[in-house]
Amino acid sequence: MTPTPVSPASPGAGPAPTTTEAPALHAAALALGDDALVLSHRLGEWAGHAPVLEEEVALANIALDLLGQARVLLSLAGDEDELAYLREERAFRNLQLVEQPNGDFAHTIARQLYFSVYQTLLYGQLADTDSLLAPLAAKAVKEVAYHQDHAEQWTLRLGDGTAESHERMRRGLDALWRFTGEMFQPVPGLDLDWQGMREQWTARVTEVIEKATLSVPEGPQSGAWTAGAGREGLHTESFGRMLAEMQHLHRSHPGASW
Amino acid sequence: MATAHQPPSTAPHHPAAGAADTAAPALESAFDAAVAADERIEPRDWMPDAYRATLVRQIAQHAHSEIIGMQPEANWITRAPSLRRKAILMAKVQDEAGHGLYLYSAAETLGASRDDLLDKLHSGRQKYSSIFNYPTLTWADVGAIGWLVDGAAITNQVPLCRCSYGPYARAMVRVCKEESFHQRQGYELLLALSRGTPAQHAMAQDAVDRWWWPSLMMFGPPDAESSHSEQSMIWKIKRHSNDELRQRFVDICVPQAESLGLTLPDPDLKWNEERGQHDFGAIDWSEFWSVLKGNGPCNEQRITQRRRAHEEGAWVREAAAAHAVKHSERKEATA
Ligand SMILES: [Fe+2]
Ligand SMILES: [Fe+2]
Repeated sequence: MTPTPVSPASPGAGPAPTTTEAPALHAAALALGDDALVLSHRLGEWAGHAPVLEEEVALANIALDLLGQARVLLSLAGDEDELAYLREERAFRNLQLVEQPNGDFAHTIARQLYFSVYQTLLYGQLADTDSLLAPLAAKAVKEVAYHQDHAEQWTLRLGDGTAESHERMRRGLDALWRFTGEMFQPVPGLDLDWQGMREQWTARVTEVIEKATLSVPEGPQSGAWTAGAGREGLHTESFGRMLAEMQHLHRSHPGASW
Repeated sequence: MATAHQPPSTAPHHPAAGAADTAAPALESAFDAAVAADERIEPRDWMPDAYRATLVRQIAQHAHSEIIGMQPEANWITRAPSLRRKAILMAKVQDEAGHGLYLYSAAETLGASRDDLLDKLHSGRQKYSSIFNYPTLTWADVGAIGWLVDGAAITNQVPLCRCSYGPYARAMVRVCKEESFHQRQGYELLLALSRGTPAQHAMAQDAVDRWWWPSLMMFGPPDAESSHSEQSMIWKIKRHSNDELRQRFVDICVPQAESLGLTLPDPDLKWNEERGQHDFGAIDWSEFWSVLKGNGPCNEQRITQRRRAHEEGAWVREAAAAHAVKHSERKEATA
């Protein structure tokens, strides 16, 4: 993409032929960038609270990978800090899944499992397209393979560990299940096989959950009126508080550089 | 040191009983000679019980400081004002967890166990650096910690890279490399604030004002009152006195503060031509002792958070252990 002819602030303003891809590309970069940004922030909340020292390192690793991805993606859509710190809640395009509070360690692992399997499939497909996001996807696919392995290993340990861990893991998987349907709503600007992705995701997640001696939750994969809502800027209550904390300092010093 | 290897079948930690009695003087003189010759003592070498105990105490305290030290900085991860700073801070806090891991491993080479050392931390039987009992009140504190606290840690730890105990010395080489990144990043953070808006500059100055004196206390009590120093020097666990290291740190910081455009909160700080070093004001040791005894602003909070994370994580560790047992049983069954 040649950066000069189009202003990212006014997507769709000009009919110039080289830029027809730009608004859709920005939207796609924003959606994936917000997913990574928000999940990275949630994982960052674990720092100093993890159940074992090795997990302080592992969770921070994943958070750092995601933050790195977010920075590349948001920079494709505009200025990374303006986008992260100066948008209101309704302008964020992330999945509701990634903004869900950490809960206990099993809840965090359930969120990681659902999302990392999705991200592996999504980046895997995206890497093989001629999209401008393909290079980022090709690099990120190696990172998210580790995230997926981490989540799967812990799902197995907790599901097939003690009675208590089994129960906590079950509760985490159940509670977050209703946020998983949204992942397969096509994102404008990403020409991918979303139905195929859903099938592969379901197959993999089912395999892991069953191996962990648990069963795949039975409820609906989206709420009644909020289906696909995160991608459209409709979020859950805790997200506003997360943003208030994340944005407060930056907004307190308008125009300052850090 | 290769001369005094214990055969693995004997109990190397307790040379007091039976045959060891007669062996001890020879072993001890071999140990003394190795230390004197600047050779490294390795885990399987014979060593005096007191040497082992001193090292375990020191390495454990160091490991505890790394993991408690994550808290004041993690306090700002969710509020970091730019994505670049957020990434740097997350990576730094992660490094500190990694330092904790290497150090607990080094302590384990001496026969200690991480679980036992953590119990001692949680029950207050072992200490961590008192500096982490001060609060991080503003974003600039993240910079002040990097510049001053990591800076003081480096000054303390660079000599430990030559410590007589091999695993500790090697852990320190790696740790010091990372601490020097932290120190530069903290300096750079403060520089951006100092050169930023008036409000940012004031934030940086306030942070340096609050962290300067506690950083000087990180080198420990004055030499005259330091209880463990002398024997540690002979064993080459410690190579410089507290006051020497403190002086070195002051001399490093003064020109850096000038480059930062920030002042150090000490009216008596001035260059002494004759000594070729800076003179500085009297440290309020009553504050040091009071924080050490538990009366710092955050002692209670830090240990409570640590204990809570540990207790709330118990079911996770139990699950991992139970799973590992099941897994190995299944492997055996299919073998
Ligand atoms: Fe450290
Ligand atoms: Fe550090």
